[in-house]
Order: sequence, then C-alpha cells, then structure tokens
Amino acid sequence: MDTLVPWLTGAFEWATSSAFTFSVIVAILAVVGFVSIWAMFAVWLERKASADFQVRIGPNRVGGRFGLLQTLADGLKLAFKEDLIPGAADKLLFALAPAVAFCGAFAAFAALPFSPAISAVDLNLGVFFIVAVSAIGVIGVLMAGWSSNNKWSLYGAMREAAQLISYEIPSALALMVPILVTGSLNLKEIVAFQCLPSDGTLDKEGLFYWSNSGWLAFYSPWTFVAFVIYYVASLAECKRAPFDLPEAESELVSGFHTEYSGMRFSFFFLEEYAMMFVVSAIAALVFLGGWQPLPFVSLNLPTSGFLGFGANLFYAGVFLAKAVFLVWVQIWVRWTVPRMRVDQVMVMGYKYLIPVSLVALLMMALYEHWDVRYLPGLF
Amino acid sequence: MLSERTAFLIFSVIALIGAVNVITRRHPVHAALWLVGTFLGVAGLFLTLGAGLLGAIQVMVYAGAIMVLFLFVILLLNLDAPPDEGLSFARGASLLAAVATLALIALPLARAPELRAAATPESPVADASAGQVANVLFTRYALPFEVVSLLLLIAMVGAIHLARRPRRDETV
Repeated sequence: MDTLVPWLTGAFEWATSSAFTFSVIVAILAVVGFVSIWAMFAVWLERKASADFQVRIGPNRVGGRFGLLQTLADGLKLAFKEDLIPGAADKLLFALAPAVAFCGAFAAFAALPFSPAISAVDLNLGVFFIVAVSAIGVIGVLMAGWSSNNKWSLYGAMREAAQLISYEIPSALALMVPILVTGSLNLKEIVAFQCLPSDGTLDKEGLFYWSNSGWLAFYSPWTFVAFVIYYVASLAECKRAPFDLPEAESELVSGFHTEYSGMRFSFFFLEEYAMMFVVSAIAALVFLGGWQPLPFVSLNLPTSGFLGFGANLFYAGVFLAKAVFLVWVQIWVRWTVPRMRVDQVMVMGYKYLIPVSLVALLMMALYEHWDVRYLPGLF
Repeated sequence: MLSERTAFLIFSVIALIGAVNVITRRHPVHAALWLVGTFLGVAGLFLTLGAGLLGAIQVMVYAGAIMVLFLFVILLLNLDAPPDEGLSFARGASLLAAVATLALIALPLARAPELRAAATPESPVADASAGQVANVLFTRYALPFEVVSLLLLIAMVGAIHLARRPRRDETV
C-alpha cells in the first residue's frame, strides 16, 4: 500500500503529462484508419469505373448490389496468401521495400487539413513538407526493384526513378504559382486566402459574400495553366496511366512489384491509392478552394460552438467530394488514354511541362507585380 | 513525453549509424540506402533545432532527389560489391583525405567555442522560416546565390554536351 499510492499518482501525472503524446497517437490512428478505408473505397471505385468504361458490370456480389465490400474480401484473401520471397532476392531489402514505399504517402497524409479545424498536424510548411516526404516513396520502389533480382522489376524501378525525378520539377514549379499569389506554404492559409472577402472587411455578416480571389485555379490564366500542369505531373508521380511505365503490364509483367505477393503486394497498392488521394487533395486545396463549395462566392459559416462542429463536418465533406472527384478524373484518364512510350514521357516532361510551368511562374510574378487581375472590375 | 533533446539524440544516433554503415557496407546499393537513412536522420536534427525548412529541403533534395539519382546510376551500371583488395595506395590516400577533411571541420570548431554553441534544442536556430531564409538569400547573399546557379548551369550544359550524340556532319 505504501508503494501503491505514489505509484498511482505517478501514473496519473504521467497520463496527464502525456496528453500531447495521446493526441499524437489518436492522430496517427485516425490517419491509418482513413488511409485504409480510403484505399478500400478507391479500389472499388477504380474497378467499378473501369467496368463502366468497358461496358461490364464489375464487382456486384460481395456487400450488396454494388459490390461495396469486394475490396475487403480481396484484402482478406491477400492477407492469408503465402508470403513469397524469391531465393535470389536480397531478403531484408525485399521485405522492407513495401513499408518504405508506403511511408512517404502516409507522412504526406498527416499534413492534409480536411476543414478549418480538422487536421492531424498544422504545418507552416504544409505544401513543401508534402512534396518532400512524398518523394521518399520512390526509394521504396527502387529497393523493391533492385532486391527482387529480376530484370522486369529492375527496369520498372529505374523507369520510376527517372519519371519521378523528371516530373517532380514541373509539379513543384506549378505549385509555386499559387504560393506566389498567397505568399504562404501553409495549406490552411492558402485556403483562407481563397475565401477572403472582396471588400477587405473581416467580420462579414450573412451566409455568402463575394470572394476576393475565388478559387485560385480561376484567379488568373497562369494559375489555371499551373493547375493543369500540376494535375498532369501528379499523374506521372502516382505512376498512373498514361504514365504507368514503372508497372507497364504489356512490357514488364508488372514492373517493380513483379515478385511481390500477399500483404507486401497490397502495400504497394495502398501506397498508390494513398498517393492518388494526396495529390488530388493538394490540387483541391491549393487550386480549387479547399472546403469552399462555390468558385467566386465564399460561404460564411460559424466555426465555433456546436454549429461550428457541424460547419466543420460540412466543410470536410466538400473537401472530400472535390478530392474524390479529382481521383475519379485520374481513373477516367487511366481507362481512356493509352500508355505513352518511355521517350514520350521524357519529352512530355522536359520539353513541354517544365518550360510551360517556368513561363507560368514568371508571368504570374509579373501579373502580381503589375497587379493585373483576371476579371478586372467584375468584383 | 518525448523531449526535444531525446528526439535530437535519437536522430543523432540514426544519422551516425547510417554514416558508419555507408562506409562499411561493401555493396554500393546498401551503402547508398544507408546514406538515405543518414540524410533522414540529419533532416530530423534540423527539425529538432527549429529549422523546419532546412529539414524539408534535406528530405526533398538529398533523400528524395540526389539519392534517387545515385541509386539510378548504380542500378544502370549494374555495380556489384567490389572484391576485398586489402591495403592499397588508393585506400591510404582516401584515408588521408578523410582525416584532412575532418581536421578542416574540427579545427575551427575547437578554436571558436561560440561556433559550438550555435544551436541546441534548448536554443534553436532563430529566423529559419521560409520567408526569412528567402529574405537573406535574395538580398545579402544574392550574388553568391546567382554565382552558384551559374556554376550549376555550366555543369549541366557541359554534361549535356558530353552525353549528346554528335551530328552526322560533325567530327568529335
């Protein structure tokens, strides 16, 4: 008894002092949960959409008429599959590669704000942090391709490295254009810029008011160019068709993950679908007004109290709808456009996207310097 | 709770273990991957010192881009672990170079104690946000910045010139 009481008070102090640690754990669990549920939904969406494009029905048995639980069933099957590691592989790297590939996408997820109040971490360097950590995933792909000791895997990994390095430049330059306008790397501040009222008053009355800038994609012709470039480059960064050369089935079996099976294989898919969401979410936040439902009009909802809770949920719903729509466009592109050749991918990146994004950045700087507005006198 | 100093120590250990492995692994791919680990550890050190921008740049430029190119070249050349050749002239010379570099870094630190106390988790680097870095970089250090970019441009033009195929009417 003598020792129990101090021990208990000590435990209590530890528990209260670790409230921060606790909130971090909750944030991590929330992100893990969201990523898994998202991947399940996205795989289902991709299968349904591809079925539509090919005039098939698609998954329609597990989980009701629309096959909503098909991915869960497939996931369970993958979990029970034998975990094969080729005899000639570099065992440790082979086993680590899927986790490393997933790390980048997962870290990027943590920095995404979903509404004014819902975000795992609020980073001042938001955009920059996400661009930086999502570049880590390619290391995992390279590890997978090399350690498999298989020529298809190696070719796939090298294509992925070349492609990612090339398309990181236009996508980062394109993101610089809206950052130039807003003057902030913080994703929440970038969205806040897009709903500033046009007459500069901060305490607005009423439900709607004219926004100063509108969604940044429609702020000036150059931000729109930047939006298009970012979207195309992000397709390449997610290894999505028409840029899916790292896993080109018709040439490389299935590229860098040829030798993978079971859960390790599914981790690569988790990474791909998580990255699809991350790039679409950035496009939605930076170019398409984040959680603002209308382009040139800002919605003015209370952000505190019980109503504020509902408003935050509504904002998160709007943001999710935009991000999911952009992911759906990625799927649409994948099942419509044929795969490019390797040299075409490089020409596209270096001869078109990079010069155009540089011009857009320069012109945006000049427009801002001379204060040229896209729609002069309208608002 | 994890204090900044503990985090600093953990990242230091990661960076050091990575660095030791970079020079002891025989296979170039393993060494390069350990170097990625070192860079991530150093990025963590920057974060604990309050220099988030430097940390993110470290991850994006070094871990994400330069090391990917390193690995790409290693895979392209299909390098394998070199045979153990024991002591050689090249090894002795590289050891000498390593000691000289260490001395170059360590001597100024040993002579000027104020350099050593520049940044700790308790007194983080002041003014390290993106805007403040840009203000200094594009005003006070604008000339060195432009000179460096010119140097990189020259290197790039040179590399392209060396790598490109000569035209038919051209003698190499």
